Amino acid sequence: MMGPTSPIMASGQRIWGLMYRHLALFRRSWPRLLELAYWPVLQMCIWGFTASFLATRTGSPAALAGGALLGGVLLWEVSLRSQMGMSITFLEEIWSRNLGHVFVSPLRPFELVTALVAMSAIRMMAGVIPAALLAWALYAFNLFAIGPVLLLFFVNLMVMGWAVALAVVSLILRHGAGAEALAWSVLFGLTPFAAVFYPVSVLPTWLQPVAFAVPASHVFEGMRAALLDGTIAWDQLAWASGINVVWLIGAAVLFSAQFQVARRSGALLSIGE
Amino acid sequence: MTAISVTGLSKRYGDTLAVDGIAFAVAPGETLGLLGGNGAGKTTTIAMLLGLLIPTSGRISILGHDMATDRFAALARMNFSSPYVALPGRLSVAENLRVYAHLYGVRRIDARIAELAGQLDLDTLMDRPAGELSAGQKTRVALAKSLINRPDVLLLDEPTASLDPDTGDLVRGWLERYRAESGCTILLASHNMAEVERLCSQVLMLKKGRIVDRGAPQDLLDRYGRDDLEQVFLDIARDRQHPEAVA
Repeated sequence: MMGPTSPIMASGQRIWGLMYRHLALFRRSWPRLLELAYWPVLQMCIWGFTASFLATRTGSPAALAGGALLGGVLLWEVSLRSQMGMSITFLEEIWSRNLGHVFVSPLRPFELVTALVAMSAIRMMAGVIPAALLAWALYAFNLFAIGPVLLLFFVNLMVMGWAVALAVVSLILRHGAGAEALAWSVLFGLTPFAAVFYPVSVLPTWLQPVAFAVPASHVFEGMRAALLDGTIAWDQLAWASGINVVWLIGAAVLFSAQFQVARRSGALLSIGE
Repeated sequence: MTAISVTGLSKRYGDTLAVDGIAFAVAPGETLGLLGGNGAGKTTTIAMLLGLLIPTSGRISILGHDMATDRFAALARMNFSSPYVALPGRLSVAENLRVYAHLYGVRRIDARIAELAGQLDLDTLMDRPAGELSAGQKTRVALAKSLINRPDVLLLDEPTASLDPDTGDLVRGWLERYRAESGCTILLASHNMAEVERLCSQVLMLKKGRIVDRGAPQDLLDRYGRDDLEQVFLDIARDRQHPEAVA
């Protein structure tokens, strides 16, 4: 009666089990599905019309800057939606008071994280693709014109979102639902240092090292180089990837430590309270 | 080999000793009752058996697997049900069972779900959201979830709490039949003394984190000179008698 004998297949079945639980939730709730695209599309409307207005008033340089602005809005949503997607998927387990069943099943912590990452990617796509299509339809802004390097931008921004989300999940494990506000707010707090809408050079000199420690700032410097100069800033991509590795390792260590602390303190028994 | 072996198990939260050096063993196919008032340490003990909580000291072995080093091997052959841990309410009964079938690595999932639906009279509930069921229906669904992987060890925390006497009796009857047919080992925490007398072959009486007495239900009744376990429970809770502690 028991399932696949290969450990890899067994692991895959458990990961799919948790993903199925969240996909079934969307199947039964169209407002949840709509909510995924709501904010990215709204952002695109606001910033798209702003960029169009500026372009009509000040001409070609503003049109170029407007393109960079729209690219920034779209790509920053990749990080935001990846982070929120992972954190909120975990919070869904707390809200439904189901976490106890999940943690006493044979699901390993790394399988839990893998399922959260996969659900985050699905949620991010469901949010960002409609916004990208809207940018193309309303403002003739084609993000994909950046070329194949766009995929590397996407991957780096997703990974940064996941690293932050893993840190948020760790804090929720440790401090319970009281820490859930972080799921919505933490990445917004990094926006000033992520160089989304302006280059790092605009920041005061003493703040620039902070910005350079954020993977997204290198991605957005690279995006502006691609959109405004037509060049691929490989050095910026390399920095983004390297810093992401450091962030991911840090987040994984934090998660592992907080999971153990929660198992010692009994936080897993009262996490939804 | 014992199904569950616990030695020197303690759990301390700051200055509070929630579980204080308990030891017990459960033979395969046996049903052990864990009795005690609120704060006696039942839930803490079950949480440690499930690996949700790391003991301060002591050792737990389930089906030959050390829970400190090899808990996932044991968890795959265990399951758990409690009215205090919900199933996702927006998912249908069938979807819930499918989720846990995947998490527990069940093969031929559709056949297993259909089998449980027939046995626990869930056929008409399968497409209904779990959150919209009555307490009795939720208990039957939770029981189906806890049996999805045909567990060798089943941990039940107050399985019939909040059920009416008729539904409670049906659940108890079903558990008796399941244990007899499968040879499953059951650990049952309950405040329902009639339930414990009916289902359990051995009972542990917990108080302030310690085992203050143990034995077969009839042995406890004889030792305390009582007609039912409720009176024995009250004797222990109110220190009306002080039989020699066996812990």
